[in-house]
Amino acid sequence: MELFDNHKKLFTTAAAFFIGLTTLVAIIPAVQTDKINQPLPGAVKLSPDAQKGKAIYVANGCIACHTQQVRNLDMDKVWGKRPSVAADYALDKRPDVWHNTATLMGSERTGPDLTNIGNRQPSKDWNLVHLFNPRAVVKESVMPAYPWLFIYKEQPAKTDIVVNVPAEFMEGKTGKYVATKKAMYLLAYLQSLKQTDLPDGTTAPDFLYKQAAAKTDAAGGGAKVDGAALYTANCQSCHQASGEGLPGAFPPLKGSSVVTGDNLELYVGIIMNGYTGREKEGFGPMPNVGTTANLSPEEVTAIINHERSSWGNSAPEVKVDDVKRFMDAAKLSAGQ
Amino acid sequence: MKIKRFKFLFMVMFFVSLLSTTVPVFGQEQAGVFAKTHPQLGFILFIALATIGIVSLAVWLKSRQGRINQETKNYDAPVQEDKLDTYIKNMDSEQIDAFLKFKSSSRKSSGKPVGIIATLIMLLPASALLAQDPEPAKTANDLLGETGVIITIVLILIPVLVGLVLMVLKTSNVLRQLTNRRRLKEADRLAEILEDTEDPELIASLEKRRAALDFQLSKRELSGNLSPEDNRGLINIKSNAGLPVVEPKKKAVKRPKVDPKLSKMVLWYLGCATFWLLFGTTVGEYLGIKFVAPDADSLAWLSFGRLRPVHTNAVFWGWASLAMLGLANYVVPRVGNTRLASYKMGWCSLILINLTVILGSLCLMAGINNAGGEYREYIWPVMLPFAIALVLSLINFLNTVARRKTTEIYIANWYIIAAIIFTIVIALVAYLPWWQNGLGETIAQGYYMHQGVGMWFMLFTLGVVYYFLPQQLNKPIYSYSLGILAFWTQILFYTLIGTHHFIFSPIPWWLQTVAIVGSMGMAIPVIAGTTNFLMTFKGGWHKVSGSYTLPFFIVGIIFYFTGSMQGTAEAFRTTNLYWHFTDFTVAHSHLTMYGIICFFMWAGIYALVPRLTGKEPPQILVGAHFWLALIGLMFYTVPLMYGSTLKGILWMQGKPFIDGVVLMAPYWVWRAVGGSLMWLSHLFFAYNFYRMVVKRKEVNVASAAIKKLNPSLNQSL
Repeated sequence: MELFDNHKKLFTTAAAFFIGLTTLVAIIPAVQTDKINQPLPGAVKLSPDAQKGKAIYVANGCIACHTQQVRNLDMDKVWGKRPSVAADYALDKRPDVWHNTATLMGSERTGPDLTNIGNRQPSKDWNLVHLFNPRAVVKESVMPAYPWLFIYKEQPAKTDIVVNVPAEFMEGKTGKYVATKKAMYLLAYLQSLKQTDLPDGTTAPDFLYKQAAAKTDAAGGGAKVDGAALYTANCQSCHQASGEGLPGAFPPLKGSSVVTGDNLELYVGIIMNGYTGREKEGFGPMPNVGTTANLSPEEVTAIINHERSSWGNSAPEVKVDDVKRFMDAAKLSAGQ
Repeated sequence: MKIKRFKFLFMVMFFVSLLSTTVPVFGQEQAGVFAKTHPQLGFILFIALATIGIVSLAVWLKSRQGRINQETKNYDAPVQEDKLDTYIKNMDSEQIDAFLKFKSSSRKSSGKPVGIIATLIMLLPASALLAQDPEPAKTANDLLGETGVIITIVLILIPVLVGLVLMVLKTSNVLRQLTNRRRLKEADRLAEILEDTEDPELIASLEKRRAALDFQLSKRELSGNLSPEDNRGLINIKSNAGLPVVEPKKKAVKRPKVDPKLSKMVLWYLGCATFWLLFGTTVGEYLGIKFVAPDADSLAWLSFGRLRPVHTNAVFWGWASLAMLGLANYVVPRVGNTRLASYKMGWCSLILINLTVILGSLCLMAGINNAGGEYREYIWPVMLPFAIALVLSLINFLNTVARRKTTEIYIANWYIIAAIIFTIVIALVAYLPWWQNGLGETIAQGYYMHQGVGMWFMLFTLGVVYYFLPQQLNKPIYSYSLGILAFWTQILFYTLIGTHHFIFSPIPWWLQTVAIVGSMGMAIPVIAGTTNFLMTFKGGWHKVSGSYTLPFFIVGIIFYFTGSMQGTAEAFRTTNLYWHFTDFTVAHSHLTMYGIICFFMWAGIYALVPRLTGKEPPQILVGAHFWLALIGLMFYTVPLMYGSTLKGILWMQGKPFIDGVVLMAPYWVWRAVGGSLMWLSHLFFAYNFYRMVVKRKEVNVASAAIKKLNPSLNQSL
């Protein structure tokens, strides 16, 4: 065939074929989404600090292990209250002439998804210790430590932000580690990562492949909620597997008067709305974990009962009905 | 020959066992989940299987019983005489011999025929064996789902099953003994006949038969009786060869007229590639260790997120790309029967690519990163020299093809040149700024990273294989048409599949579906290509044992098929549930980039370099390279795939994220072990390359002696 023996024709045909398909599946869709690219009405632009933090996030290759997309899959529910939509990425733009737009979505989840990390883990103390050395708060973590974002000082100044590094990670040093500006920028970026609510009247896409629901149905709805697993997923990173917390950062639950006491209203309120009552003792504020994770009364009950019966705690079990009542009350007080 | 056969057999067995281990893994896991969600259904299935088993056993026993009855009846019946005739006719030479001897020596002695088997009859009443099939106890339906009940039933079933097995063994035994008893009876009768016979006709015919059976050729029918002589120096006998550790491999045939300029340039390309392979995989090895020991260091420049792209980009642009271009600089002119258009352009490309990888690696470690998109981590000023190198190579190769002396453009050049054209397009799509905001960036990234893999590395490498594989087998490629089919279908389907890395993301659903369909379509070029390569081997498999390049090709072809089809399987929506975001992707990219691309590159390098330099690598070290790389790759990928599947299932069950990290820990250790073996194999490869290139002064006794005799020879040599 003549086409095959004429290099000009052959390679022009192949190139045209390839470029044509490329235009159809890459360029046109990309240009189109670029054209209709609009952020959600409630979306907040990154602060200048957070913008710098994002650059640090990119420079250190955090994208290699952390995704920022909640897939429309039931199993991704833990990472956000709704699946990600195109508009969530609308504010992600080319930062300057040297760099491309950040590939936030990622393709590996060696570490947790960060779409909603600003809500899930807003604690400054936790994030700084975790960046200094992740294993200080999550023993099993394989995340790299970022000690170069911190400076060692024998005598930190009053304005310095001191990190609560546990003694075993101080390598015998007696001074303090202080967060650099870079650490604070990165923190600002992480704290800014919050899933924006869809405007009123818009329904979020469905979570597909619901198998957790099917499972409980099959078991007759009486499936036992695993309080220990829920504790691991939602509470352990701060209060630790031992229930002892981290001195100077996160209070212990072991022997805690709230956990083992009778004031269930306060207990449920802390889980659902967060708590700042112990800041004077040096403990950071607790975020509204229960609301962020969208925990059901059964799940909150399971967590409470797990905490009341672990690490030597031996308080009587609480009932779902009571917890549900106090959760409704907590919702009201959060709304005020 | 035999040793090599075994080697190959071992390899095949390795893969078979590999397949058989991975398949049940998934089966088991799914069954595990299945059983958890539908315990009763699973149990019913189990009971059904057990029932089928027992029923078929009963049918089998019934037929045995029939035969036992038959045998018992036959024993009482008189021996059939015509059967004895057949026995006599079918006697072999030795038996005839013994019989004739017996006849001639002891005519009237009452020698008994030698018993074939000692008689030992242990009869069990067969009817007692055929006891009724045991039926598993049936309990109330809702009880069957209880773990305790299941365990109990299984515990009961175990002795029942053992009993059944024993019954089967006993029955077979009884049957065998019955048969032997009948045969012994027949033997008695036969012996009687043979003893009594004086039929000269029978004896004569048996003698004739023995002569016929013993006939043998003299083995000199074709060669005659002259002793061999080697007038043309064709035979080369090595004395004192000793027992070789591995079979001696065929040496490369030195090709005449390879332009020394071309030779030098290709060697530089391949040498730089080897350096980047060592560099890139050393980094990769360290990254693998970091999964096991995350606090191995605390330097910003060596932190995981910065080093990971250093590894991927160095092996992509430094190692594989330079190796491909180096080989192509030889292949493109060779298949057109012409010279390379410009050596200057070739050298420029080499320098520019090296520049990109050096600058890029430094930038990444310093934290200067494009945007985190995979394989697009080099900022554009760093990637620019690489792009220029591509354009230069394209112009150079097109000019070379333009001055070809053949009418047709050999298929290898289709693949190679198309790969360069496409990659220039891909780079433009990836780096041009006009469609990179928000989701547009993701679409471009999905397109870029997969086209980079499939259109640059895969297409180019296939082109290289289309030249070197037939050349190493000394046969033409099996089918030109299949190559052409694979070429066009690869363009059609591969171009579509970029977004299959973003299934269930906010990317338009139709685009995801197109990507999945494209991934399925990839079966066509992959099967066409694999068939073409394997059929080229047809009639040439015996050459594998004597070659150190062909095993590399075989591994490459196997992974071309399995790795690519695995990619198709990974693109489905359901498989995305448990595999996406896990290390399964990492395992897949190593199976393909390493199993396909690297093995083909090594095959090409081992095929080409000895031809250019006339120096062979030490073959035992080529073997070490081959086996360490292959076994290392398996250790690397199989545990990762297994662990990631478990991890994906764990995620689907909604278990805490950190549980997945804990679960992966042992598999990460295996990955580090496999990675170390792979890395070690690269050291062997680098040394082999050195041995193929650098002159070693070795005294050749014969030529040294001649020189001593005739010093004037020194000038002429």
